[in-house]
Amino acid sequence: MNLTTTLMTILSTTLVYAAPLIFTALGGTFSERSGIVNVGLEGMMIVGAFSSSVFTLNFAHTFGDATPWISLLVGGAFGCLFSALHAVATVSFRADHIISGTVLNMMAPALCVFLTRIFYDGKGQTPEIDQGLGTKTIPFLVNIPFFGKVFFTQTSLVAWFAIIVAVICWYILYRTGFGLRLRSVGENPAAADTLGINVYKYRYIGVLISGFLGGLGGAVMAQSITLSFSISTISGQGFMALAAMIFGKWNPLGAMGAAVFFGLAQSLPIIGAYIPGLAGVNSVWFQIAPYLITIIVLVLFLGKSVGPAADGENYIKSK
Amino acid sequence: MTEKFVEMRHITKKFGQFKANDDISLSVHKGEILALLGENGAGKSTLMGMLSGLLETTSGEILINGKEVKMKNPREAKDYGIGMVHQHFMLIPAFTVLENIILGDEPIKRGGRIDYSGAEKRIKELSARYQLDIDIHAKVLDITVGMQQRVEIMKALYREANIFIFDEPTAALTPQEIDQLMKIFRALADEGKSIIFITHKLKEIKETADRCVVIRNGRVIDTVEVKDATEEHLAEMMVGRKLRNSVEKKQVDQDKLVLDVKKLNVEKNGWLGVKNLDIQVHTGEIVGVAGIDGNGQTELIEAITGMRKIKSGSIEIKGKHYENKPVRQITEAGVGYIPEDRQTVGLILPLTLAENLSLKNYYQKPANKSGVLNYQYINEHGRQLISDYDIRSQNEQVAVGSLSGGNQQKVVVARELASDPDLLIAANPTRGVDVGAIEYIHEMINNERNSGKAVLLVSFELDEILKLSDRIVVMHAGEIVGEIDPKDTSAQELGLMMAGKKVQANTQEAVK
Repeated sequence: MNLTTTLMTILSTTLVYAAPLIFTALGGTFSERSGIVNVGLEGMMIVGAFSSSVFTLNFAHTFGDATPWISLLVGGAFGCLFSALHAVATVSFRADHIISGTVLNMMAPALCVFLTRIFYDGKGQTPEIDQGLGTKTIPFLVNIPFFGKVFFTQTSLVAWFAIIVAVICWYILYRTGFGLRLRSVGENPAAADTLGINVYKYRYIGVLISGFLGGLGGAVMAQSITLSFSISTISGQGFMALAAMIFGKWNPLGAMGAAVFFGLAQSLPIIGAYIPGLAGVNSVWFQIAPYLITIIVLVLFLGKSVGPAADGENYIKSK
Repeated sequence: MTEKFVEMRHITKKFGQFKANDDISLSVHKGEILALLGENGAGKSTLMGMLSGLLETTSGEILINGKEVKMKNPREAKDYGIGMVHQHFMLIPAFTVLENIILGDEPIKRGGRIDYSGAEKRIKELSARYQLDIDIHAKVLDITVGMQQRVEIMKALYREANIFIFDEPTAALTPQEIDQLMKIFRALADEGKSIIFITHKLKEIKETADRCVVIRNGRVIDTVEVKDATEEHLAEMMVGRKLRNSVEKKQVDQDKLVLDVKKLNVEKNGWLGVKNLDIQVHTGEIVGVAGIDGNGQTELIEAITGMRKIKSGSIEIKGKHYENKPVRQITEAGVGYIPEDRQTVGLILPLTLAENLSLKNYYQKPANKSGVLNYQYINEHGRQLISDYDIRSQNEQVAVGSLSGGNQQKVVVARELASDPDLLIAANPTRGVDVGAIEYIHEMINNERNSGKAVLLVSFELDEILKLSDRIVVMHAGEIVGEIDPKDTSAQELGLMMAGKKVQANTQEAVK
């Protein structure tokens, strides 16, 4: 294999694994920027992965090639619905954010596997999806010398889409009035309240957006990597996304960059063989790597990076 | 008089059964500076909370420009031209000054983008017109408290406010910043804006306000023209009685030694914060330690109360040694301690009043029955102290953090005096407390002395030291540079000694 092909393989595999993390990490950013800690991303991903798989299996003949793309929206919608539980618990009932998020994480796999068994004759896994998101070669861009080949041959379209979404999220959070207000309720809800900003409304929106993007992330996972839903479809990616968000300093672009890095870590078991010098290493190490790297990154950065000031604090309005 | 901008008629506000405001009426005219005077907890902030839309009235009506209005939230209040500058600034430290000013009223361009440059231009115009010096692009966490306040004023100006409400605006400002603020008040009033400012500082009222409404226990006591009123009269109306400038000192035995500190050395960040210090306190006397902040007073007190390790020397309390002993052992030896910082050392803010009042006896019977807290007793004990020490609160179940500064301090004083100490150590016991509470706390400390207890008082307030002490020692750079009788000294002489001038040494030289 020549250099171009090696780079292309590494990059496209990295992007495939990064895409779910980018979406989910962006979701986490919205929630935590509004002041609601979201450890429930894992649960939202699971719900998204499950609902999108069921949708694809049932409607593939209706929508044809577009099915997996529509299923992403379905995953997002169900993730959004599921996250409403977190929003109600934390914003309206002032529950502890970590506990509420943990409840989501415990509920999602149990619920989804239970439903899988009901829908698919007692099996704990859905049938395989015929047609996933797959990879595409992007026309025109591929003609750019060298880079075109590395970046745009047989690449994950959805990952590039995720990167564009990250830029849009950044624009929304840092350039629009909506973004300024959303961030303000995560920094100092009392101050926002005195300026007539509805703290509860913006926190609900923050959590619901995170549910949508988290569900979307889970759907991408199911539609492009596992191609079915089972208990092991989402195995820690929600937490990796959370780590990516922290590593990326609660900034959409930072979170996206960190998610790509974690994508690389996750794709190690596959691409390890292609990287010169890593070929001889026992593959067990590659399997462990993403989790180990997540922990190391969290230990190194959690204490230092400064998140929204009122992240995790409930706001009580006096009457 | 010009027309009335705002009129509040018969406003009543209840929190549960507690009447925070009781039938209050007041009005503000165009271009007028109105002071709202009252002790902490008198109901001033509650009243202004209703005018700024943060709280809803229980009954009564608010008129703006002669029309009755109902304001359900700050946004509606803003639409009526009311701008509030809170005591604890409502700013977002991580945001820039510009972002803080426009938040909630962002000018929007095509594509949903915030029009930062347009906003900047407007703010610069306003800042030139009202001479408000602000650094638009700095983050709020990097600017001074004075500038933060100017940002708050700018927030209101940006929203085209006509009525400015200031809640204790000078509490966190330096004297220079206060002067500057008073000038801004005048400038705003000259432009036809009305100002209501809440305060318990009489001097500021005399300096700037046109009229003054005095509030006590949620009721209006009187509304006066400031130029016709004296500070004494205002103070009397505020606290509801004549204030005394001195305390009554009874003749008591001062022969028994309670605290005996000898050759004490205490380290502070690697060097000696307290050097070779001797100090004695007897029964029935108040020993005042005067000195400028940071000259070893904190270390001395922390060493005596066991909060800080000593390097060498001896500390005897009632004849027994207590060097580097656990705090509880020292407490049980009969030491009461009113710490300098009530919020971080003196109280546990999220706990209830009753719990805070039991912090010294929770582990003993009857507050504790074989390891289980007896809340019936703790709450009753709390209620008793609340009434004994005149702590203003709805009940004993309120979190201490929600009380005003003066009431918080009364909680500390109540707890420490309730344990009936033989030695009371008080560090700046009236810092940030209003005049009524100051008088009360002074009385309490003097009562201890009159009942034959020993008191060690550390204060940066010379008036306090001069008023209470039987003896004054002056600390400078960790040493005691002199001892004087408060009857034979003046604030000027004390000030010189505090700056390090050894008065006694000088007299000795003169004798030679």
